[in-house]
Amino acid sequence: MNLLAAVNWHSVLFMLFALLACVFALAVVFSQNVVRMAFYLVLSLASTAGLFMLAGAEFVGAMQIMIYVGGTLVLLVFGVMLTAQSTFVSMKTSAPEWLLAALVGGSLLYVLFLAAFGTSDWTTARKDQQTVSVAESKAAAPIGLGLLGIRVDSLSQPNETLKAGQSGYLLAFEIVSVHLLVVLIGAAYLARTKRRRQEWET
Amino acid sequence: MVEGINNFLGWEPDAWVGFVLTALIQVMILNVVLAGGALVFIWMERKISGRIQDRLGPTRVGGKFGWLQTLADGLKLLTKEDITPGEADPSLFKLAPYISLTASFATLLALPFANGWVGQEVNVALFFILAVLGLEVFGVILAGYASGSKWSLFGGMREAAQVVSYEVPVGLCAVIPVMICGTMNLVTIGNMQAGFFTNWLIFHDPFTFVVFWVYFTCAIASVNRAPFDLAEAESELVAGFHTEYSGLRWSLFFMAEYGSMFVVSGLASILFFGGWNGPIPVTHILSSVDANTLGWGDGSWAPFWTYLANAIGCINFILKAVLGVTVMIWVRWTLPRLRIDQVITTCWKYCVPLAAICFVGVMAWQAFQIPSGNDLPLPYQPIRAEVRETWAESTSSIGNAEQPTAEPADQVASVIIGEGV
Repeated sequence: MNLLAAVNWHSVLFMLFALLACVFALAVVFSQNVVRMAFYLVLSLASTAGLFMLAGAEFVGAMQIMIYVGGTLVLLVFGVMLTAQSTFVSMKTSAPEWLLAALVGGSLLYVLFLAAFGTSDWTTARKDQQTVSVAESKAAAPIGLGLLGIRVDSLSQPNETLKAGQSGYLLAFEIVSVHLLVVLIGAAYLARTKRRRQEWET
Repeated sequence: MVEGINNFLGWEPDAWVGFVLTALIQVMILNVVLAGGALVFIWMERKISGRIQDRLGPTRVGGKFGWLQTLADGLKLLTKEDITPGEADPSLFKLAPYISLTASFATLLALPFANGWVGQEVNVALFFILAVLGLEVFGVILAGYASGSKWSLFGGMREAAQVVSYEVPVGLCAVIPVMICGTMNLVTIGNMQAGFFTNWLIFHDPFTFVVFWVYFTCAIASVNRAPFDLAEAESELVAGFHTEYSGLRWSLFFMAEYGSMFVVSGLASILFFGGWNGPIPVTHILSSVDANTLGWGDGSWAPFWTYLANAIGCINFILKAVLGVTVMIWVRWTLPRLRIDQVITTCWKYCVPLAAICFVGVMAWQAFQIPSGNDLPLPYQPIRAEVRETWAESTSSIGNAEQPTAEPADQVASVIIGEGV
């Protein structure tokens, strides 16, 4: 029983979700059926959402489910509708494609590892950050304020010049919003019924 | 609860046994809500549809009112053969019902039943529930695709188009109570509406009154109920996405459907109808009674009164949610099914603009501080005014680079964070 008490359950759960995410990510790569690929992708992304929840970032976790998992759903629908010439289409990947993918993916992974293990804060665990209690996880308010132009995480920045630079993400947020609106209107324009054109031709 | 269980079993207060048992108990209670709810709702559906069609509905099984009809149905489904069609993709076909059921069940995790009676109090509970509820359609699409039948595929694709469209108005409608209360925590939203029924957010202003009906319409569509049940239109698609399913797997889809009906109704009751607060604040008085006011001595009864208030609140909440489900059943047996173009038209031409207008209206109501129907204890009201002033200052002094304007904003922000959200 002392053994059970000594286990850091937070780490165990982290390992579980991380393992799930990695296994299903590999399954995406090695699967040949489009729909199964999308399904494994959903599971992998959902495991990542579990990691966020475990870290106490509930807002980011819910965002992960809403945007990535929900987005994959749309991807699945269009993947089936646009690519399926027959039922249960399978994709064969040729050897040069494997080589190219391995090269690109490997180099990106190398950069990621370099960044992850190069940051000293991330390699050494701090004693006070091993568990996150529910009451402390106020993730949504700082993010919302940051999007509105008030960065609460840089309140204690002593350097005035740096502080002026860290003034929030309102502009980026607005640009992204307008961009999405344009995409929405554009999609509606492209997908509209072209009745007038047909009448013109006939 | 963890400490209580550990004390009872004789372990240390923070031993792992307590955590595991607490989790198990909570999961079991939620399981009962889902499965028991489905039993009751299916019986209600049969009785109500019978009455609407001038029939009696089930009358024999389990006594006068056919109470046990659903149980008999369940036993029948258990004994049916579980068939996987030869054309199907076997593993996805078998997995699909479980995905729907899991998504529906997982939302109950963050749904509060009374003040603090919630599986896991999530800071962004509303957002979490909407996100996870959206995954239910994933099982339906997978079922439609993996069945290897054209009826199923049509049903699945219709469902996809419908749910992707209706996520937009549902989100817009759900944002409005969040805007009024200033939080996405459902426990806080519910507690804010304590008091008489005029404090319910539906009576906040005319726009919230309208937006509730928009929310309810879109909620019916998003849980795939008639008149929006195109995915299983039996007059054209045999049975839509579940054409090829039989036995227990088929019934899992319906448990998911009834579960998410309960969840969206419960969400409506928290967002617009005061959640666990009754129309007259009896429970509020109960929980504020301590033994000293009654002269009963040492105040050891206070936890009991709080518990009783919560139990009554839980009954309140379940009653309101069941009422919502009843209205959904009533609507199903009253209105004819819409065509797919009518469904999409309802969404994009009526629900989305209405929700958007109400959104702007409620925003204006808040911004100009027009007196509203309810008397909510809004903790952020003065702070919001400060935020606005800060913004006015900082935008008016943009040309003047020398003047540091970040400071008041910082103070306001730290006040908001300090107060907690």
